[in-house]
Amino acid sequence: MHKFANPARFMRLSNMFLPWCTGFTVLLFALGLYYALFLAPEDYQMGNTYRIIFIHVPAAYMAQFGYGVIAVASAVGFIWKHPLADQAARATAPMGAAFTALALVTGSLWGKPMWGTFWIWDARLTSMLILFFVYLGYIAVWQTIEDQTRAAKIAAIVAVVGLVNVIIIKFSVDWWNTLHQPASLIRLDGPTIGGDMLAALLLMIGAFNMFFITLLMWRIQSLILRKRIRSLRMQIGGGQD
Amino acid sequence: MKKGLKAGARKKRRMYLLLTSLAVLGLAVLLVLNALEDSIRLFYDPTEIAEKGIKPGQNFRLGGLVADGSFETHETDSILVNKFIVSDGNETVAVIYEGLLPDLFREGQGVVAEGAMNGSGVFIATEVLAKHDENYMPKEVIDSLKKRGQWQEDDPS
Repeated sequence: MHKFANPARFMRLSNMFLPWCTGFTVLLFALGLYYALFLAPEDYQMGNTYRIIFIHVPAAYMAQFGYGVIAVASAVGFIWKHPLADQAARATAPMGAAFTALALVTGSLWGKPMWGTFWIWDARLTSMLILFFVYLGYIAVWQTIEDQTRAAKIAAIVAVVGLVNVIIIKFSVDWWNTLHQPASLIRLDGPTIGGDMLAALLLMIGAFNMFFITLLMWRIQSLILRKRIRSLRMQIGGGQD
Repeated sequence: MKKGLKAGARKKRRMYLLLTSLAVLGLAVLLVLNALEDSIRLFYDPTEIAEKGIKPGQNFRLGGLVADGSFETHETDSILVNKFIVSDGNETVAVIYEGLLPDLFREGQGVVAEGAMNGSGVFIATEVLAKHDENYMPKEVIDSLKKRGQWQEDDPS
């Protein structure tokens, strides 16, 4: 485990993986968009309007996936004191926040023509909005606390606290009655969406996921480099004084 | 060696700290949500309304399926007046709504309406929203099923 926590080793490995991940992301997006826009048929109720699902669902999924990454990385950083884990958690947060915002906006744009409203305070929509604010709070902790080790510790606690909300998001549509539909994909009796529609959705989720991982590698790299620059600066400054 | 053991113990302690705080927090949130159950739910179905005995004029949201063959609409003084019955398979509530209905509004489909009961037990809605269920299906499949007479419009599951 300690082997992978070494930043130099991470830089070497990620440099090797990055071109492949980028290529794979582009391929999945090309394939997914072709399926989503051309192969997937019209829905029997919503016609073509349902196609926003191919952005909305992957974005909402990445919003929660991102939070899962933060929670695991934070726990590893908190318990085993791996600096790379803290950096990974920190690098994920703005991406997670962006995907949460995307899910909220696309959901709202979908809600107006289908439900008849942009927004309603039902359990799913509200818990998703709370996730957005948890992300902002998490980012704010890193930004406001100067001492990086202390910031990592407090951010980890915030991350774990917010984990409860992610569980609530998933089950909100089952525990309470909501305007938002129940799950179509991850359910005990199998998906309630099939054929090319399902293929398109899975491809788009794969594309979003690859995009997320690629971007995360880049962001961790830049955080490592920034840290290195900072310590080099301090060395130079110390030498001159 | 001794130092390594100490570090291991500290790691264990931090892990237990994290796990117990998550468990305690989860329990606390569960209790709060349980207590707030009534205000978190978006709507009441007709059976609950019959049980609760909600007073006329009291604002709430009603949810259920639009009963088949119950929807009628007419225009008076250039205002669209819609009448339909919301059912949950057990009880029903008659609804009157003036205004435009959302695209997805259909008999046999879910709706959530906001408003209040009037004196004669009719729900006067100020807003009607269409609820979409979790099913996505190609149009062609439904068309061919209908052609063969195998599609049941009112599939309760």
